Amino acid sequence: MTESNPPLKMEVRGLHFYYGSNHALKNINIVIRDRQITALIGPSGCGKSTFLRTLNRLNELIPQTRIEGTIRLDGEDIYQPGTDVVALRQRVGMVFQRPNPFPKSIFENVAFGPRVLGVHTKSKIEEKVEQSLKAAALWPEVSDRLHLNALGLTLGQQQRLCIARVLAVQPEVILMDEPCSALDPLATLKIEELMQELKKKYTIVIVTHNMRQAARTSGWTGFFHLGELLEYATTEDIFTRPQNPQTENYVTGRYG
Amino acid sequence: MAMKEKIIEKILLLTAFSSIFILGLITFFIFKEGLPLILKIGIKAFLLGEKWIPSKGLFGVFPMIVSSFWVTFGALLLGIPLGLACAIFLSELIPPSVGLLLRPAIQLLAAIPSVIYGFWGLIVLVPLIQNHFGGPGLSILAGSLVLGFMILPTIITISEDSLKALPPTYKAGALALGATHWQTIWRVLIPAARSGVVASVILGMGRAIGETMAMIMILGNAVKMPTSFLDSARTLTTNIGIEMGYASGDHRQALFATGVVLFFIIMALNTLAISLSRRRVH
Ligand SMILES: Nc1ncnc2c1ncn2[C@@H]1O[C@H](COP(=O)(O)OP(=O)(O)O)[C@@H](O)[C@H]1O
Ligand SMILES: [Mg+2]
Repeated sequence: MTESNPPLKMEVRGLHFYYGSNHALKNINIVIRDRQITALIGPSGCGKSTFLRTLNRLNELIPQTRIEGTIRLDGEDIYQPGTDVVALRQRVGMVFQRPNPFPKSIFENVAFGPRVLGVHTKSKIEEKVEQSLKAAALWPEVSDRLHLNALGLTLGQQQRLCIARVLAVQPEVILMDEPCSALDPLATLKIEELMQELKKKYTIVIVTHNMRQAARTSGWTGFFHLGELLEYATTEDIFTRPQNPQTENYVTGRYG
Repeated sequence: MAMKEKIIEKILLLTAFSSIFILGLITFFIFKEGLPLILKIGIKAFLLGEKWIPSKGLFGVFPMIVSSFWVTFGALLLGIPLGLACAIFLSELIPPSVGLLLRPAIQLLAAIPSVIYGFWGLIVLVPLIQNHFGGPGLSILAGSLVLGFMILPTIITISEDSLKALPPTYKAGALALGATHWQTIWRVLIPAARSGVVASVILGMGRAIGETMAMIMILGNAVKMPTSFLDSARTLTTNIGIEMGYASGDHRQALFATGVVLFFIIMALNTLAISLSRRRVH
């Protein structure tokens, strides 16, 4: 893999992760390129979600876990003692597998981030909410019902709301864990279009089960297998010239 | 086999119906004994009358209604913040193993007989209040403090349950957005568990309004309109508890009528609790 342009946003070296005695990630080395979409594929249970959650230190919520190795964000090790985890999570946002809006109004969902960041001026918050909803391509659908409960939206709309909620925090990296797995094809298409738009400003790491989605959306693809990163290259290479026979089996659908 | 099951089914049905029947009977009895007096002296004179002098045929329960609400209000002032803090503490801040020890201890608090709470209030709180704030010591303040502790288990247990019942994705979602743990609790978890918290408060309120024994021991039982937290007072329940032993005739009926008022207050609170806890957003 070439490490030339585009520049690196995150750099993972010698990463191991353990749930108790379960060695879930084994010596992962990968670089995440700035303002690119990096797709992570691989069979269920191979550690994709676990890996994603090491990037914003969300795994720390799970008791009895252990991590080794380094992960750098713009050159800074995010696991070094004294790291401000809250600030890290503002820089590295996350969209979950199932849309998880808070049981609040659409407006309050998006306003949550700015409020937490200490923005209290009403007009500033309103501006931020509108901006984020527009950036998440949800504004036209909800602009006249911002104060209704977010749980009344369709799943596809809820997921875009969750993206808007992340955008309102102005992160640099957005992690997406199978963001379309609960959505129908049309809603999926909307999210994929949105990702192309977001790529201009944000670095995106997406876990997906959908080979075509990875091929369509990403510039770089990593193939995980049993806790290891078996292959990492440009998406084109992974799908047309895979080096590892396991990768080939998986991307051609012969995985068994 | 089928025969046996049918018999068991019938027995269960019978038990269920007989308990409902007995409850209905009790309700009917209270109303049958209490209503005639209310009708005799007039609803207004009964509910809003300020004088309770059985020997002169004066049966006004207004001071007792006010005292009941006052004592309860004071109890909530203590019980809500403390109970909610404990619930948050248990569900969010301590390791699960410590919770396993603390939770039974809290449930034990609910099992302590109210006469013990009353005794503790009488021995510890009443002199303390008397020495520091003056007045008789036997007061609404003392009653509120004791009741505040008595309703803690209700508020803690139900609030904690509703916090625990939240999908874990709310918490993960908030933290992933860069909220601190405290912001997550305060801005996401508590609002999301709101209906359960409100229900816990209303049930605690029901318990507070209904408490009798401990209140007889520490309220001072004066039949007058309370004007400060340091005044002695008599609530609806203590009125019944104190006088039922020797009352007869109209007096006895007036005590049942007091029970009728209590019945409506508790019914209203429970209905409110049920409707609030059903109105959960999911
Ligand atoms: N919260 C957890 N506690 C314990 N083990 C977990 C947890 N989450 C995932 N694992 C384990 O880690 C491994 C990788 O899981 P995961 O990262 O969810 O895989 P993927 O997202 O690729 O399907 C699996 O063996 C799974 O059982
Ligand atoms: Mg997963």
